[in-house]
Amino acid sequence: MSNGTLYDKVWDRHKVTTLPNGQDQLFVGLHLIHEVTSPQAFGMLKERGLEVARPDLTHATVDHIVPTANQDRPYADDAAERMMAELEENVRDAGIEFSDPTTGNQGIVHVIGPEQGITQPGKTIVCGDSHTSTHGAFGALAFGIGTSQIRDVLATQTIAMEKQKVRKIEVNGELGEGVEAKDIILEIIRRLGTEGGVGYVYEYAGEAIENLGMEGRMSICNMSIEGGARAGYVNPDETTYEWLEATDYFQENPEKFEELKPYWESIRSDEDAEYDDVVEIDASELDPVVTWGTTPGQGIGIDDPIPEPESLADDKVDTARRAQKHMRVEPGETMNGYEIDVAFLGSCTNARLPDLRRAARIVKGREVDDDVRAFVVPGSQRVQQAAKEEGLKDVFEAAGFEWRNAGCSMCLGMNEDQLEGDEACASSSNRNFVGRQGSKDGRTVLMNPRMVAAAAITGEVSDVRDLKEVNLA
Amino acid sequence: MTDATEEIPEVDYVEGSGIPIRGNDIDTDQIIPARFMKVVTFDGLGEFAFFDLRFDDEDNQKDHPMNEERFQDANVMVVNNNFGCGSSREHAPQALMRWGIDAIIGEGFAEIFAGNCLALGIPTVTADHETINALQQWVEDNPDKEIEVDVAAETVRYGGNEISVSVDDAQRQALVEGIWDTTALMKANRNAIEETAANLPYLDQTRSDVEADD
Repeated sequence: MSNGTLYDKVWDRHKVTTLPNGQDQLFVGLHLIHEVTSPQAFGMLKERGLEVARPDLTHATVDHIVPTANQDRPYADDAAERMMAELEENVRDAGIEFSDPTTGNQGIVHVIGPEQGITQPGKTIVCGDSHTSTHGAFGALAFGIGTSQIRDVLATQTIAMEKQKVRKIEVNGELGEGVEAKDIILEIIRRLGTEGGVGYVYEYAGEAIENLGMEGRMSICNMSIEGGARAGYVNPDETTYEWLEATDYFQENPEKFEELKPYWESIRSDEDAEYDDVVEIDASELDPVVTWGTTPGQGIGIDDPIPEPESLADDKVDTARRAQKHMRVEPGETMNGYEIDVAFLGSCTNARLPDLRRAARIVKGREVDDDVRAFVVPGSQRVQQAAKEEGLKDVFEAAGFEWRNAGCSMCLGMNEDQLEGDEACASSSNRNFVGRQGSKDGRTVLMNPRMVAAAAITGEVSDVRDLKEVNLA
Repeated sequence: MTDATEEIPEVDYVEGSGIPIRGNDIDTDQIIPARFMKVVTFDGLGEFAFFDLRFDDEDNQKDHPMNEERFQDANVMVVNNNFGCGSSREHAPQALMRWGIDAIIGEGFAEIFAGNCLALGIPTVTADHETINALQQWVEDNPDKEIEVDVAAETVRYGGNEISVSVDDAQRQALVEGIWDTTALMKANRNAIEETAANLPYLDQTRSDVEADD
């Protein structure tokens, strides 16, 4: 069993008791809710005549269904309008703070928490969305949960969980040109498998992780769940504290920053912490990674050959065969040159300001390929605003990208942004499952934001290192 | 403590006929495509379970076990490895439950999916690849015969065979003792909850609006 890790320490601080079923009851420091997975939980609460225990520790946003084009109310889609109205009613009745689109703070739940400073080291954070693991970038223990668990948290501000093992993933070496955080996590999932993390939380460490900004760390923690891990985290450090100090919360409560810093320091994994498993990765060996299949674990370097299914582990052969048929790729080919129809720059993995900045450096002065539908969906209204002020919006629009309002958009196709027919999409999002982007014949290729930009320009999956970057200033 | 008396059924045993769903890495986007999640209750999700694998663009039935007449009364699903990976959507087990599934036997389950099943009182029990393969084949050949999932004893019986399966300890205890609905269990510990919260440095400890005991 692990000992002395951040996971152990934060778990112990939040443990209320051990339940009769053997699970631990954990106090939840922050409960994030959105429109897709919470209405049913509020319904269950009402059925049982229970109230929301800690509205002060609950925060709402709308992201999955919110239209990214016309946001006039009522929404054109009746179902989306009903979900929005239901959320509005629930948060109003319970007195829960709501970053709705009129506040200028709305956005994807995993973008706005860090932005507003409510995501903090040493907190337990839950949300009815598997990518809640994103918040682990701050040294929080952050878990995606189901709706019955949302009911539990609303009713008690606690959650029942079993303690898991801790795997330290040490990423050493320096990232090469054109390679970024997204490539690290795609490589980790490729190596350890999509179910390799079942029973574990991942602690990301090593110089390549330490050298990343908070956004890169978030991209990595975000996809912990794609590797089967229930959560992922990075120990808080000066990079974390710099980010926190600049947020609304700590700007408004500067005394809190000094007050909490000793706690944040105290929950860092000890030098001699014990882990259940340690894995090492050399970041300097990585090329930009793209997926060739229909699980996030089916990734390869941009110039590497697509594997023969038979060369993979026994339990992966069948999945790989089906994936290659769906994607219409052959073993031995590379993904370089795979034609695309759509380029989607967005999602909770890669729709933060630095993601858009990096992509814009590729896009500036170029034009989107005639046959490609390309669009940028900022992760939050704040990202949207900041990108506009910096001139990024103009860069994208001049190249032929559509510039949209904040939301989950084409990551999962719950609003009008969807693939049509068998369109292929270069996507900065986190999942390439069949049907994920709204069309069951759609084909998704996951990659980092600059690679999405490059694909938009060339009309095919391309090595971004072949395109010269332009200075935006 | 009043909620603790709520009636939560014990799920120590499930019996019924089986349905095989073959393939590793079946994600929750397959089990319930996102477009069917534009709902504010889980009612009616059953008909959309595995929708895109069951129906084509014209809503014609495709070749899928859930469309086959012989499996229509099945309540024990037999799956392969990493079942339920991907999104945390409880809509997935809700859809299977509302289609009629009471227990799932498989090679392995994604963590959140298994947790969501437990919250609904659906056991997710595991066995190795060969065992599952053999059971899937038997179900194909014997769609109307009974499978008995003994959660307490960690065994599955079918067609004169008895196989050992694994059930996660906490899951087994929760199901067998009827303590899988955790809201009441946890609400009963309100003093300990307050105490834990009081020791968290990041919480505003001046909060005084703690409700009276229920």
